[in-house]
Amino acid sequence: MNIDLITVAFVTGVLAASVRLATPILLTAVGEVFTERAGILNLGLEGTMLMGALGGFLGAYWTGNLWIGVLAAMVTGVIFGLLMGFISITVKANQVVAGLGITILGSGLSTLMFRLAFGLRSTPPTLDIFPTVPIPLLSDLPGLGPVLFEHNALVYLALILVPIAALLLYRTHFGLAIRAVGESPDAADTRGVNVSLTRYLSVIIGGALAGLGGGYLVLGSLGLFWTQMTAGRGFIAIAVVVFSKWDPVRALLGALVFGFASALQISLQTLRVPIASELLLMLPYIVTILVLISVSRRAEFPGAFVVPYYRGGEK
Amino acid sequence: MAPEILVQMKGITKRFPGVLANDRIDLEFCAGQVHGLLGENGAGKTTLMNILFGLYTPDDGEISVNGQSVVINSPTAAIALGIGMVHQHYRLVRPFTVTENIILGLDDGSPLLNLKTAACGVAEVAEQYSIRIDPLARVEELSVGEQQRVEILNSLYRDAKILILDEPTAVLTPQEADELAVALRGMVEQGKTVVFISHKLDEVIKVTDQVTVLRAGRKVFTSLTSDTSKNQLAREMIGRKPSDLKRTESAFTMALVGAGEEGGPAHHDKETAETQAALTVRDLHVRDDRGLLAVRGMNFNIQPGKILGIAGVDGNGQRELAEAITGQRRFDRGQVWVAREESTDWAPRDYIEHNVAVITEDRQAEGLILNFDVSRNAVLKIFRRKPFAHRGLLNVSSIVTFAQELIETFDVMTPGPHVAASTLSGGNQQKLVLARELSQSPALIIANKPTRGLDIGAAAYIHQKLADERARGAAILLISGDLDELLSLSDRILVMFDGQNMGALPLEETDLEKIGLMMGGTPQSDLGDRR
Amino acid sequence: MTANADSENQVPWKNIWARLYPAAFSLLLALLISGLLLLVSGRDPIAAYKGLLSGAFGTGNRFTETLVKMTPFLILAISVSVSFRCGVWNIGAEGQLILGAIASTWAALTFGALPLGFLAPLTIIAAIIGGAIWSGIAGALKAYFNANEVITTSMLNFIAVYFLAYLVNGPLMDPEGFNFPQSPLIRESLELPRLLQGGRLNIAFIVALLLVAGALFYWRSAQGFRTEIVGASRRVARHVGLNVKSNIILVTVISGGIAGIAGWGEIFGIHLRLIEAISVGMGSLAVVVALLGELHPIGMAVSAFLFAALVVGGNAMERNAGVPFALVDVIQGIIILLILARSFIFRGRPS
Repeated sequence: MNIDLITVAFVTGVLAASVRLATPILLTAVGEVFTERAGILNLGLEGTMLMGALGGFLGAYWTGNLWIGVLAAMVTGVIFGLLMGFISITVKANQVVAGLGITILGSGLSTLMFRLAFGLRSTPPTLDIFPTVPIPLLSDLPGLGPVLFEHNALVYLALILVPIAALLLYRTHFGLAIRAVGESPDAADTRGVNVSLTRYLSVIIGGALAGLGGGYLVLGSLGLFWTQMTAGRGFIAIAVVVFSKWDPVRALLGALVFGFASALQISLQTLRVPIASELLLMLPYIVTILVLISVSRRAEFPGAFVVPYYRGGEK
Repeated sequence: MAPEILVQMKGITKRFPGVLANDRIDLEFCAGQVHGLLGENGAGKTTLMNILFGLYTPDDGEISVNGQSVVINSPTAAIALGIGMVHQHYRLVRPFTVTENIILGLDDGSPLLNLKTAACGVAEVAEQYSIRIDPLARVEELSVGEQQRVEILNSLYRDAKILILDEPTAVLTPQEADELAVALRGMVEQGKTVVFISHKLDEVIKVTDQVTVLRAGRKVFTSLTSDTSKNQLAREMIGRKPSDLKRTESAFTMALVGAGEEGGPAHHDKETAETQAALTVRDLHVRDDRGLLAVRGMNFNIQPGKILGIAGVDGNGQRELAEAITGQRRFDRGQVWVAREESTDWAPRDYIEHNVAVITEDRQAEGLILNFDVSRNAVLKIFRRKPFAHRGLLNVSSIVTFAQELIETFDVMTPGPHVAASTLSGGNQQKLVLARELSQSPALIIANKPTRGLDIGAAAYIHQKLADERARGAAILLISGDLDELLSLSDRILVMFDGQNMGALPLEETDLEKIGLMMGGTPQSDLGDRR
Repeated sequence: MTANADSENQVPWKNIWARLYPAAFSLLLALLISGLLLLVSGRDPIAAYKGLLSGAFGTGNRFTETLVKMTPFLILAISVSVSFRCGVWNIGAEGQLILGAIASTWAALTFGALPLGFLAPLTIIAAIIGGAIWSGIAGALKAYFNANEVITTSMLNFIAVYFLAYLVNGPLMDPEGFNFPQSPLIRESLELPRLLQGGRLNIAFIVALLLVAGALFYWRSAQGFRTEIVGASRRVARHVGLNVKSNIILVTVISGGIAGIAGWGEIFGIHLRLIEAISVGMGSLAVVVALLGELHPIGMAVSAFLFAALVVGGNAMERNAGVPFALVDVIQGIIILLILARSFIFRGRPS
């Protein structure tokens, strides 16, 4: 193992990379926090992220404007979120199967549409991603500076989104309604809250952010699109949501854990550390299972999780 | 000075499949009064109030509030009209604080929550009505009584003028019930109207100003509380004069003449009775899902060839009792014996193996699997046994034959054993359950509301079958809210109130007024002479 | 919390053919929609579907290849159906297949010196145990800790994939393999006998068919009945004296064992060594195949056949008609959604 490679710069580099690698998961997870708090489990996130990635790519590529790409990514995400919403809220079908179906659909459709648009080329089309914008003064802070304040616009957006989401969830009437609907829809209904509408809004938020999460991979990280590029991040986001006990701020921590694990495994390879990288990659998933066990035992899932709502309680 | 009429309900009629829940009911609620709504199970009280609260729409009739005719088609509309309701099952968001529950769904002009101001507002309203509650406490940490106060406060905060309480003291301790009475007085003094749905006579007499009795969907009596008595109310609630008691006069009992008459006098000698008993329950204490004691020290036994009826209004512990003595619910204290064996620790499987039949109160969610066909439902409890399974594999033809026999013997109307149970009518579904349970010639039968929701013909059939089983020597525990049923079948009737045994009477000594009083909370020992 | 036990998955003993009409309708509708999609983007759907059909059935070789692909799909679908019919949303088929593959390969390599008569059955047993344990973990977590099985099984899927990668890049790597991520070859004599000259169709296909028979047997057995009762209603199950916890665990163990067999089939019939990409995408495909086949063994056999045709044909379609293979994924996704919405479409009511 090459210890002399471990300089301060190296460590800060790893931490900064953690933040970047955490971003797509963070965006998706924050959105899913809203969705699950309202009582819906959206397993279609993976497919939604892929469609968002595609939308983001096409939007930016065809207009030359990255921000149009961002918008396109979010709109695509909303569409898929609505699809999930329709099947879960209105059709009241099984959410697990619906989510899986949407993931399969999204992953296939995104690949198909990309191929139809660009065909198979030896050199795939690329974009220039969002440039890194160091924040003056703050980025010069020793240690923390490069880790938090030397990123591109989308990363900053994701980070700012966390306190905004927390504000929305805990300090607004809307957030109260969302939490009520997921916990006890009949209590919410009795008090005049429109349960269906609230749930639809929650999947719209979730879809938009998942689309943005996928869009980030294209517009803020890699500059191109390829099939299945999310590599399971949609499911990881769900794990982060459980891990974070449905709280946006803890979701940030959870996403950072995954980001760190990814950054670490790359850096450990550079350092030639004798732990197999694959074993490291397993860690986040194992941790999720362990957290899930402790959370489920104390039954902290939102009360009406995964259960469709029928007024009057009849089936 | 005539009290001002706040809400008027005229000619309210509501039908559900197979049952007329409300039959042209006329009712008035005046301001500044506690108005008691009294009646047995199925009398229609909750349905009527649910209509007022917008959960159901009436098939016929009119409602007017403050003299204006209104249409109420959702709880939101009801709340807007100043009508609030506290149900038996609270609709609260448990992890939220009291304040968060109360302001949920209310628009105060700002998208942001202002919990501090809201908490002050809640505290003010609570003060105004002398309701003790901490606005910042989380609902899941509150006692049941406190949770009820949150529900009441919720309506008051939304400016309810009339507050409907459905069986409010069902889960309260005596002290909490007293506190509630005081709070209600306070509200009434400030001009509110309270509708108090109950079956507890003592309480109604103590707490209400006006009382209305419903029976079988119709309004049968209304009066100022001070102008009536417990006995009169009991009579109106049950609706039969003592002379109607003779079994032979009842339509149900026509078919039963001759069955069970030779039952003989009640067994007064407890010791010998217990050693031969098919079911013995001693000092049973059972908690419900909320952790409260629902059964408090029940003692009884049932002899072979006898039917013990348990009377009482729903919610006095009957469900928990039935679950405890069939292994579906653990209990803290007490013992249960089936014949000579102690069954305190048995699981449902053990009861099945020992040939105890259970007719559950919820045939659709617990007794049958509606998506399965009739034949599979017929063997749900016994498919492991010999003719039906051989070396782990099911013998379909023997199952089908068995089901066919059941269908014929018990006259279940169905094209055959292959159709899904969901296609059967309610009565035939119950016959199927009965057929299944009785097919193994059980020594003990626990029947919990066996004719709930059935038409007269199906109910009569089931009564006949139960009587036949008694003649065969089975012991039957019959839990029911239907007094007619109990009177026509039981050898003894035990009345359950608040988890306790109010007293048991052999049929010859039973009179309706006594039963009514016991069902309303008066122990047998306190039954004085009739007034 | 529990996922909604989908009572639509109860199948009466007879009448499977009537139940397949909506499934067939969903398939056709999906093909139609996908065809429209192609049309809109300027491709020729007719040529695409022709390419698909000829790719799947065009020659004898292609047809057998369809059967080869059908094998793991069918086995995994049966595995999935056992859990689903018990109301357990076990989506870990992919991970269980991987563990089965790992266990059987390890057994083959470690005990390579044993006589074939012992070794061959040992490898299947190892596969079953591997898959069963992997799945049983999720079942036990659900039964005892109420841990959501969808999340646990999908996490276990990822863990399995990485575990496999670790093994073939490390402890089980072929020392003479030029650092390729693969295990050494298994003993030649362990290779599953071929069923036909040419092509890769081997006895794993027969095993799949035997599992179909086994599944039919299972649903006629007392244990199968117990499974369905628990799946239909936990309340009724308790009322009639069943132990819900142990049934959940048993069912996940059975599912895992069956999935493990699929892993065994892939190794001993096709790849002959452990490689990284042994199971890509098969997990979700298994779910689609199972649902389209109404969770009934014969229905799933038909559905597995159709999907295998889609996959094999899709590859050919890509080569010959220039339509990306991804169309097949789109068709799958649409099918699932149609299946879900079908009660809405057919009867106008929520399911």
